[in-house]
Amino acid sequence: MQSIKRPLRLAFAVTERVFDRAFGPAWNPLHNLGALGFFYYWIVAVSGIYLYIGFDTGVERVYASIERLTHAQWYLGGVMRSLHRYASDALVAMALLHLLREFSFDRMRGVRWFSWLTGVPILWLVYASGVSGYWLVWDELAQYIALTTSEWLDALPFFGEPIARNFLAPNSLDDRFFTLLIFMHIAIPLILLFILWVHLQRLSKPRINPPRGLAIGTLAMMLALSLVHPAVSQPPADLAKVPGDVGLDWFYLAAYPLFDHLSYAWVWGLAGVLTVGLAALPWLPPLRRPRAAVVDLEHCNGCGRCVQDCPYAAVAMVPRSDGQPFAQQAVVDAALCVGCGICMAACPPSMPFRRIAELATGIDVPDASLNDLRERTHAAAERLSVSPRVLVFGCDCSVDMAALANESVAGVSLPCIGALPPSFVDYVLSRGLADGVFLTGGSEGACVNRLGIQWTELRMDGERDPRLRDRVPRERMARRWAARHEATSLAGEIAAFRAQLATLPAIRPPAPAQPADIRETVA
Amino acid sequence: MTGVFRYAGQALAYLGFALLLGYFASAPAYTYRPADRAEVKLSFSHGGERKGGCRPLTPAEIAKLPPNMRRSQACPRERVPLVIEMDVGGQLAHREVLPPSGLSGDGPSRAYRRFQLPPGEHRLALRLRDSERRDGFDYESSFTVALRPRQNLVIDFRAEAGGFVIR
Repeated sequence: MQSIKRPLRLAFAVTERVFDRAFGPAWNPLHNLGALGFFYYWIVAVSGIYLYIGFDTGVERVYASIERLTHAQWYLGGVMRSLHRYASDALVAMALLHLLREFSFDRMRGVRWFSWLTGVPILWLVYASGVSGYWLVWDELAQYIALTTSEWLDALPFFGEPIARNFLAPNSLDDRFFTLLIFMHIAIPLILLFILWVHLQRLSKPRINPPRGLAIGTLAMMLALSLVHPAVSQPPADLAKVPGDVGLDWFYLAAYPLFDHLSYAWVWGLAGVLTVGLAALPWLPPLRRPRAAVVDLEHCNGCGRCVQDCPYAAVAMVPRSDGQPFAQQAVVDAALCVGCGICMAACPPSMPFRRIAELATGIDVPDASLNDLRERTHAAAERLSVSPRVLVFGCDCSVDMAALANESVAGVSLPCIGALPPSFVDYVLSRGLADGVFLTGGSEGACVNRLGIQWTELRMDGERDPRLRDRVPRERMARRWAARHEATSLAGEIAAFRAQLATLPAIRPPAPAQPADIRETVA
Repeated sequence: MTGVFRYAGQALAYLGFALLLGYFASAPAYTYRPADRAEVKLSFSHGGERKGGCRPLTPAEIAKLPPNMRRSQACPRERVPLVIEMDVGGQLAHREVLPPSGLSGDGPSRAYRRFQLPPGEHRLALRLRDSERRDGFDYESSFTVALRPRQNLVIDFRAEAGGFVIR
């Protein structure tokens, strides 16, 4: 599986970097695939409501009603129809890219199986919505889709009268057919919306709206496309004739030519295998999950920062159970926790200055604990021998720290850069463990743990608790969010940072650790 | 990247996406059926006779039935499968045994088959057996049809109309 994921991941990382340069990380469309999908859904919904007003469900009148909207009212009805089509196509493109990206970055395994699994019926519903829409136009393409789809459905053993018999001859259809079809074309997207809501249930602060600039840009693009190349119907359906050449919408109908080359039973089998295979991907193979975060009530004051910062809604506040004078305490749902450590960094007692033998905090991750982080920070600092010395804090999903290491650069890798309490930067510089601190992690806007980079930025900039203290010399800090393949350019930036540090006054070298040097800090 | 280049980059990305959407929304065309072919569809829904035939109920048996369910005959539920044959130009083109539908085999048998033929005149002969007889057929019809390119000719079966009909 990794042999498929690795090149995909590299392709995404490189493309995202190109898009970062044009759009900036916040507006990068590849960082907003899900949100763009939602945006296109709403365009489809609004334009669909307008088209429904002018739509006539009579068999003889349905085609003419759409033609009237398209041509006689090109400036509004025509534009709405084109928006309806192009936004639907863009929705498919976003959904497929979103799926590929989450797959390539392994963001569907472990506790993230839920979002992946609920995404599978979403795909089916998106396709069903689009196909039923094309059916409504009742042109030659609609006739082709009607024949093929109904024959495919008839291959299932549980339909009584073959559905395809509705399309045998010109007098087979009655007006009720299009009434039923439009009902389906409205009902399926509504069910889709409901499942989209379910899809996001295990995420905190899901991004469902793209940044305004990106939304305006993509809407302007669609409007321009609608005016320059409006969506039009093909010749009207005629059941006395067999459709010949049909202009397929390949976003929705790419699989339809298969029907002419494989039996319907085979296509059902293929669809079933693909669906089950897709649904099973989070467990192929099962992920060795890090242990879930653990709450230590002795150090938890019930502040709730861990709840606010957890990207997976895995932490909740409940009434206090240990008699301490706080109203609430944190509890972790182990089934939802990925062990990223973002909660640990958010916890006020997560301070390396504290003078206790085994550093403890209110919420900690057993596989990458606060105490372990302090010990690894000291160990990395001891490897630095040539000034200016730079200590790099990175994440397991980004550039390998070992690739950056030399006598003046040492790295400490965390499960997520969001697991770094800002006080560690203060600690490293105030203790003289290094002359500068460099933070890195996955590409900006593409944090594997969703919010790690965002929270780190805000904490270091003093805009979100826990904030980096004012006394920390900012000129001795740098950060660069880099994808895994960007080790060379990252090393170049660290070298430039060292050159900058060389112009600053020397920092005192680390003194041998003395218990008296470590003072208790009140959070 | 300077502002101008950033906007140019964005414009390029939007243009690329627009071209992708604009083109693949309706192209390239797919040929479902070639222009030099016509299609004959043989499709019908018809129930065969009951297997074993019906037996008259005795007055005692009728009396045992609830008043609202009394009937004069007891009929087995299961129907016989249909046997259908179609000749094109004197040659057997299709033969099929159509089992009755339903879990108890008591529903109608259904057929939906497509045949592609070249345009022109064709002699079609159809035969259907819907009884327990072992040989021969209960319905036979033949038609001479002149098919136009891409014509869709439908052959249905309606027992009440005397057999096969062209729609």
